Amino acid sequence: MLEVTGLRVAYGGIQAVRGITFHINQGEMVALIGANGAGKTSTLKALSRLLDISGGSVRYCGKELSILPPHQLVSEGIAMVPEGRGVFPRMSIIENLQMGAYVRRDKDGIDADREHVFTLFPRLKERAHQLAGTLSGGEQQMLAIGRALMCRPKLLLLDEPSMGLAPLMVQKIFEVVRAVADKGMTVLLVEQNAKLALEVSQRGYVMESGEITLTDESARLLANPKVREAYLGE
Amino acid sequence: MDIFIQQIINGLILGSIYALVALGYTMVYGIMGLINFAHGEVVMIGAMVALSVIKLLENSGLPVFLLLLFGLAAAALVCMAVGFTIERIAYRPLRRAPRLAPLITAIGVSIVLQNLAMLIWGRNYHAFPPILPTTSMTIFGATITSLQVAIVLIAALMMIGLMILINRTRLGRAMRATSENPSIAQLMGVNINQIISFTFVIGSALAAVAGLMVSANYSIAHYYMGFMLGLKAFTAAVLGGIGNIAGAMLGGILLGLIESLGAGYIGDLTGGFLGSHYQDIFAFFVLIGVLVFRPSGLIGEKVSERA
Ligand SMILES: Nc1ncnc2c1ncn2[C@@H]1O[C@H](COP(=O)(O)OP(=O)(O)OP(=O)(O)O)[C@@H](O)[C@H]1O
Ligand SMILES: [Mg+2]
Repeated sequence: MLEVTGLRVAYGGIQAVRGITFHINQGEMVALIGANGAGKTSTLKALSRLLDISGGSVRYCGKELSILPPHQLVSEGIAMVPEGRGVFPRMSIIENLQMGAYVRRDKDGIDADREHVFTLFPRLKERAHQLAGTLSGGEQQMLAIGRALMCRPKLLLLDEPSMGLAPLMVQKIFEVVRAVADKGMTVLLVEQNAKLALEVSQRGYVMESGEITLTDESARLLANPKVREAYLGE
Repeated sequence: MDIFIQQIINGLILGSIYALVALGYTMVYGIMGLINFAHGEVVMIGAMVALSVIKLLENSGLPVFLLLLFGLAAAALVCMAVGFTIERIAYRPLRRAPRLAPLITAIGVSIVLQNLAMLIWGRNYHAFPPILPTTSMTIFGATITSLQVAIVLIAALMMIGLMILINRTRLGRAMRATSENPSIAQLMGVNINQIISFTFVIGSALAAVAGLMVSANYSIAHYYMGFMLGLKAFTAAVLGGIGNIAGAMLGGILLGLIESLGAGYIGDLTGGFLGSHYQDIFAFFVLIGVLVFRPSGLIGEKVSERA
């Protein structure tokens, strides 16, 4: 479904992503793990075209993505939950969800999907008219995920959904992500929390200073001594 | 007491016009963090175009209402085109440039538009054709003409309309999203360029209405009129909190009242030393006062909070 070849991203002269190649199959949940500054966020931002791609190709369902204007990605079925959530702080929960469905015109479908998000995250429903900026970090993360689901994506890009959250909240959020993936959505999960990411995903890539150094099935990565030492603190 | 009421009424009229113009400054600032100093010239162009069209049709036998409407429609179309073009030519190429670049460009655009207007309409003052009804009414000993009632009502309607557009429609939501976080808005499928163009076009349409109002109210238009008016509307936007829509409305009305009351009483206050032609100094006192004591404006957020 997604076929990334030799992707490069640079900030001025600094190469953050140095020609990485990976792919995601339809219906798969793939984890991309790595330490701080490895280039994970830069990779996702390049995929969603928030950053310019300085080399390589990104093919999605046979189409070259790097030539599309950024605002058309969502119509192609790609949604991203950015690092740090990126909710619109001065809009209510409802309005944030409406923004998630911005490119859709089917009012009934949108309403149904909003109710679906509310069943996934009942907390959001209780606070439907509250401004997103006044939500707790965990609630904002729920909102960011819910908002991404509102466009009925085929491919969901998640950037560190566990960041800064209490373990209980992380568990809740990962349950939802897992449930969404079980229903057939394709997910690329970027995480520093390698254990968590490898436990929920089928395959994983390990990224180090802008390059992919290791890839395998998640279960085998979890058992890999190198991974255990570098990312699981053993 | 009569003077007081009269100055309040004058202040409301002036303030409605400032508010319409201030909205243009504040919407553009809200969406792209840019102060479009050329906005005052757009008001001037609106006034000039409206006046020219009305002059042209003056003897056509059309009813006054239609004359004004045609004048306004022409002014709005021209202003919208000018606003659209300014953004495309002058600001869009500088989207990623340091902040000072578009600011200097804005001043350049302002000078270009002024000179263009001077070439087209000359350096002379243009009198507004005497087509307007001179009926007036008296409230608590103060007079207000029917034109002035219309100015206040139309301004209020336009502001209500704008509030509905921004707070209740899909387009308005996209504008707010773009102003809060353009990259995330883009991620949601918002075409940022379209939204920015649209913001300029709406602001320019409001400017056209304001232009017609000013020239009709003072019965005069001039290629240089946009400068002072723009500066005052900018002051009003800063007073209310730049980037804040309701703030621009409040700031406009307040500034109108301050100026008008100030002009009415400055003679008494200074023992006749300064006369009402010193009206303009109040706006600048307000601007300096706000910038020193409350740079975020009356209902604006702290500028640093803009993410
Ligand atoms: N805006 C920027 N300008 C310059 N360099 C940047 C910028 N953003 C990121 N970088 C650099 O690019 C490299 C990769 O950063 P990136 O944010 O992609 O890492 P990451 O893997 O997501 O890290 P983390 O786990 O901390 O989120 C880092 O060395 C970082 O310093
Ligand atoms: Mg990151």
